[in-house]
Amino acid sequence: MLLRHTPTEIKDRKSLVINPAKTCQPIGAMYAALGIHGCLPHSHGSQGCCAYHRSMLTRHYKEPVSAATSSFTEGASVFGGQANLLQAINNIFTVYDPEVIAVHTTCLSETIGDDLNQIRTKAIKEGKIPEGKTMIGAPTPSYVGSHVTGFSNMVKAMAQLAEPTSEKNGKVNIIPGWVEPCDMEEIKRLSSLIGVDITLFPDTSGVLNGPLSGEYKMFPDGGVTVKELKETSKAIGTLALGEWCSADAARWLDSKHKVPCTVLDMPFGLSATDRFIDVLRTVAGVSIPDSISFERGQLVDLISDMHQYFYGKRVAIYGDPDQLISMVEFLCSIDMCPVYVVTGTPGKKFEKRIKEITKDMPFEVKVKAKGDMFLLHQWIKNEPVDLLIGNTYGKYIARDEDVPFLRWGFPIVDRQGHQYFPTVGYKGGLRLLEKILGLLLDRKDRDDSEEKFELVL
Amino acid sequence: MSTTKKVVQWDPADIKEELLKKYPPKVARKRAKQIMINEATESEAPPEIVANVRTIPGIITMRGCTYAGCKGVIMGPTRDIVNITHGPIGCGFYSWLTRRNQTSAGPDGENYMPYCFSTDMQDQDIIFGGEKKLEAAIQEAYDLFHPKGICIFSTCPVGLIGDDIHAVARKMKAKFGDCNVFGFSCEGYKGVSQSAGHHIANNQVFTHLVGENTEPKEGEYKINLLGEYNIGGDGFEIDRIFKKCGITNLATFSGNSTYDQFASAQHADLSCVMCHRSINYVADMLETKYGIPWIKVNFIGATSTAKSLRKIGEYFGDKKLIDRINEVIAEELPEVEAVAADVRSRTEGKTAMMFVGGSRAHHYQDLFNEMGMKTISAGYEFGHRDDYEGRDVIPDIKVDADSRNIEEIEVEADEALYRARKTPEEIKALEESGFQFKHYEGLNPDMDKGTIIVDDLNQYEAEKLVELMKPDLFCAGIKEKYSIQKLGVPMKQLHSYDSGGPYAGFQGAINFYKEIDRLVGSKVWSYMKAPWQENPELTATFVWE
Repeated sequence: MLLRHTPTEIKDRKSLVINPAKTCQPIGAMYAALGIHGCLPHSHGSQGCCAYHRSMLTRHYKEPVSAATSSFTEGASVFGGQANLLQAINNIFTVYDPEVIAVHTTCLSETIGDDLNQIRTKAIKEGKIPEGKTMIGAPTPSYVGSHVTGFSNMVKAMAQLAEPTSEKNGKVNIIPGWVEPCDMEEIKRLSSLIGVDITLFPDTSGVLNGPLSGEYKMFPDGGVTVKELKETSKAIGTLALGEWCSADAARWLDSKHKVPCTVLDMPFGLSATDRFIDVLRTVAGVSIPDSISFERGQLVDLISDMHQYFYGKRVAIYGDPDQLISMVEFLCSIDMCPVYVVTGTPGKKFEKRIKEITKDMPFEVKVKAKGDMFLLHQWIKNEPVDLLIGNTYGKYIARDEDVPFLRWGFPIVDRQGHQYFPTVGYKGGLRLLEKILGLLLDRKDRDDSEEKFELVL
Repeated sequence: MSTTKKVVQWDPADIKEELLKKYPPKVARKRAKQIMINEATESEAPPEIVANVRTIPGIITMRGCTYAGCKGVIMGPTRDIVNITHGPIGCGFYSWLTRRNQTSAGPDGENYMPYCFSTDMQDQDIIFGGEKKLEAAIQEAYDLFHPKGICIFSTCPVGLIGDDIHAVARKMKAKFGDCNVFGFSCEGYKGVSQSAGHHIANNQVFTHLVGENTEPKEGEYKINLLGEYNIGGDGFEIDRIFKKCGITNLATFSGNSTYDQFASAQHADLSCVMCHRSINYVADMLETKYGIPWIKVNFIGATSTAKSLRKIGEYFGDKKLIDRINEVIAEELPEVEAVAADVRSRTEGKTAMMFVGGSRAHHYQDLFNEMGMKTISAGYEFGHRDDYEGRDVIPDIKVDADSRNIEEIEVEADEALYRARKTPEEIKALEESGFQFKHYEGLNPDMDKGTIIVDDLNQYEAEKLVELMKPDLFCAGIKEKYSIQKLGVPMKQLHSYDSGGPYAGFQGAINFYKEIDRLVGSKVWSYMKAPWQENPELTATFVWE
């Protein structure tokens, strides 16, 4: 037993978080910033934050993650970090020459009250930001929200590059939220099949799933360009995938530049993908090609083929709100029972949304926002499940309780390939189902007696 | 000019110039002092290296922070202490199991290492202060687990808002009576690197734990192993060898360590220091307070392991032990040498670069030497001058403002517990026979002339070094791994060993040889260019055309 000290008896904890189901804002901001072409993320705080975020993102994506830091020492913490940031901006443009620096704050720089806008203005005035180069900034105090909030804040900072215009360019903005680079690629593929011209931001495809070629590019070819971001105000509409990750930026574009927005769930699973495709069609005023209906039919086909194994299986799932909402809906739609749902990210709407999705299901759902994995484990100890879904940190629970475990979400640091195989869209649905079924049947094959062990399943 | 055969075909001065070329003048001036050509001229001693100074803002550094050094490195591998991070959730989350410190729960079954404990401070805690929340969190941890010890780690904002974690700890310790509670003011902004965190951690462990268990410990040749963190099971392999030799390791600081190990460390008769950087001051304090002499050892590399074991034997001076050590070495070495010989046929003459930690970039050179590989450039991520130039320079190291922030504790001989382990005559006799106490020569003397030693290497310089010198292998950490590999050069993590290990001791050496053989021999590095990229011209046509 690895988590041998976890008791079955559940006592209310008010102050101690054990085994968190979230992490802090800046890592989300750093990931989002990598989805801008030619961008060097910059962490304004002490260098440990930047080191931790780079390490974690590198372990998850298995790709280089470059980011700079203001390297605060005690002096900067007392007198403010302006001098450090100004020096950093100068060094960054001289040594690395990025198109854009995306600065995010940390709990340290937020607490001392550094103002990124003021520092940027000063940097421009002092000529530290070369002509044609850009600096954006997002406040990401670690003691508010979670990594998801940080992602959202940086995406909003990207939207704020939009320039006032009366022109329209017929494009649709899509804000995909915190998904894998391959998921972003899949969203682009689906849009292109439908024939909709989109601006996807952030777009980490090609950045965090790049090739090995003997050449290192600090700024790979992928990512949304600053020019495209400036023109997001010309779009005919914005689709924000995920209330937590994407809605703020979309609503800002709507209120500031009159780009109408629709907030949708992330397109994981059948129904959420249906809604995404349907809205995309409506926004762009096009009809859906047969190839997409064909893909959809394949997913429905697989659901029907596999239904016997999924039916009634109890699932515990933890992760980020936007992903969980679509995934819980998907699990319900294939008659699985997501009985325990935990996110570390705060937000009252989450519990309400999960209750809504599961209200007609024949099982009780325990759901907690601002929860932790210690609590989830205690629930499982009290009444076991057939499948656990979540990031790598769940492997301890899975082993202790002997539960099949689907790695999905962020971070996954003990398996590879997730950056290449999408789980959004219909094709992504196929992959999710195939993985789940593999886990359930591997388990059956392991547990069956010799008499029951069968060739055909 | 030096007549020594150079292992490098480039002029190191050109390399250095190339590394500095792109920097703004101020940055270039500073970096120039941290990039050293080893023994550049025949007449002069190698120039002094500037180390343990601030990282330049905006320069993509390999370094982490003080919290990472304190909570992650030193206290992370302690299994039966509940380590609570006081701060927003991130720091606790990132230091949760990420260093690959292996642990065995032992017969008592107590092991909190797979858990992450945090006060998860929210904005209201930052505004109104987090002491109450911390107090409640300690209480909740105590009620749930009743551990022997609870440690508290301050993150950046805690230092700024002025939460007195030590007062909270004292209060809770007095309240519980049966649980030692103490804190570490290891805010990330302190000092210039992880190194400050090691120091803070060690000081507190020494103050609050060492010496607490006065019950004598069984064992014939009792030692402490300092600066070994059981990454990938290194500590397990070293302990296996100790056991085989009949040496009793009372306390490892801090791989797979327990509360009681720390509390009983004063019973040892010798301290053996592995990672000089992270812990040399604890060895000094153990000597001053309890009379335990210390020696520098290295269990990375088969030859070094044998040498270190013999040194321990020599210290105790007991024939039975010396014979047993020699028997063990004779038993273990043939297998190691057989693998080394096999691997050497493929690794001989290959080159490596190493930029890790504050000792590893030195220790691992022994393993490479055993494979016939040369280290052409190396340096420490958070070393101090003594790690490069040896302990003799310690009195000359200027203490700057950043180091002054880190508490230095003064210890005196403990009236009750001090016991000289050797008489002055015995010490003298040992020293006259060539035995060296509290001695470390540093990295520089072990590296070839003309090699390049860089302190606090950064991503830009790493990439340049690889491009210019084309090593067969690069060793650093996870952040550096993939940018180096994109260049077509294999990269081995030497902080967390990728997924490998142990690399210490005899079995560890075998593991390392095989791993490096695999890495430098992997076919994948020959696939960088597609056929049409290597040979874009059309020189032939197919018959059907």
